[in-house]
Amino acid sequence: MSKYLVNKFLYTIDREPELVERYRNDPAGTVAWWEKERANQLLHCAGGEASTWLSFTGSERRALSEHDHVALFGMGAHPFLTLTLWIAMFERDYAEPLAMQRDYAARLARFSLPYPDIAT
Amino acid sequence: MARLVAILATTHHPFYYRTSRLPPGQAPPFAAEWVRKVESYRQTLTRARPDVLVMVGSDHFHQLWLDNMPQFLVGKAPFYDANYYNEEREFGLPRLLLKGHEELSAYILRGGIDAGFDLAFSNELRVDHSITCPIFTVRPQNDLPVVPIYTNIFAPPLPRPERFVRLGRTLRELIDAWPSDLRVAAIGTGHLSLELGGPRQFGDHGPDPEFDARAVQWIADGDIDGCLAGVTLDSLHEPGNATHGFMDFMLMMGMAGCNKADYADSLDLFHTMEAYFTWYPNGVDA
Repeated sequence: MSKYLVNKFLYTIDREPELVERYRNDPAGTVAWWEKERANQLLHCAGGEASTWLSFTGSERRALSEHDHVALFGMGAHPFLTLTLWIAMFERDYAEPLAMQRDYAARLARFSLPYPDIAT
Repeated sequence: MARLVAILATTHHPFYYRTSRLPPGQAPPFAAEWVRKVESYRQTLTRARPDVLVMVGSDHFHQLWLDNMPQFLVGKAPFYDANYYNEEREFGLPRLLLKGHEELSAYILRGGIDAGFDLAFSNELRVDHSITCPIFTVRPQNDLPVVPIYTNIFAPPLPRPERFVRLGRTLRELIDAWPSDLRVAAIGTGHLSLELGGPRQFGDHGPDPEFDARAVQWIADGDIDGCLAGVTLDSLHEPGNATHGFMDFMLMMGMAGCNKADYADSLDLFHTMEAYFTWYPNGVDA
């Protein structure tokens, strides 16, 4: 499990409007590009400092590539990060206010307490 | 010495700003009562005539990230830009610029560290809606210098509830002993039961109305012991997966001591309960 890296993906995509659109329109391509070019970037260091060891597991790569928020929840991805990015990408597709958020919740109905651990 | 003239503990609801500005024909049915309650609550701060605000909130993965996550952080800067692109996008919140009060920030950092809290600090902090929501609700003129204090209620491992209460007590002792003639108000924001990104989110009420009722009573009564007996890091998962924000209320209870709130109000909204509390530690007319 690399929950941290999944969270880092959600966090960094959400911060850049053009990446939000890119991930909405081409999830698999965006995940592949991000893992190759961005996954190891140290976010708060100047210049080109980078880590050398971060990569997704197969199930993480698949869940992100398929916009599968239910699988991400099951893996313990931080639910606030997933929700925020999903609202940015998909709220526009629903006619009624909060309809997207309620549909998002309904798809998670099989989960009961305790929820998957989100500690990283 | 400085005078702590008011302590406010409230929920922060990022939809208030946009909802309160909708024309009557477009506003949802609950908007008028919400605005009325907020405007009434605003008076509890206004009447205290503060000179400076100590503001407790929690960064929502904006500037603080998992590569370097502080548990408690104090801003020490002459200014704080505020609100982020995704808050503009999702909530319609405008960008703000808040003034800082570096002398009080430095004093709280020194005193807090000496009191056993290894506080992190930031000299360039962009605060988010946990700090700006109460500016919009209780000080919309945004005319006072602030000291922002961030707590980690978001990224486990979290400090335990007792630690939040103790930090509140320590902040109270520090503010009471601050050698200044300024009038200080403290404002902290958190949540009652709340679910975000889980199966119980965005229901007709908060995810756990029974917890909300107990929580409102604990706060209104200043029942810190009852609250600590009823809340643990583990138990806070049960009312909703974002309910650890309640620990910011517990911090403010620690600051207020075991005293009944001088003002207590609440509002049952879709998906969450709003709550508004004020204490006057030195009397209403201090």
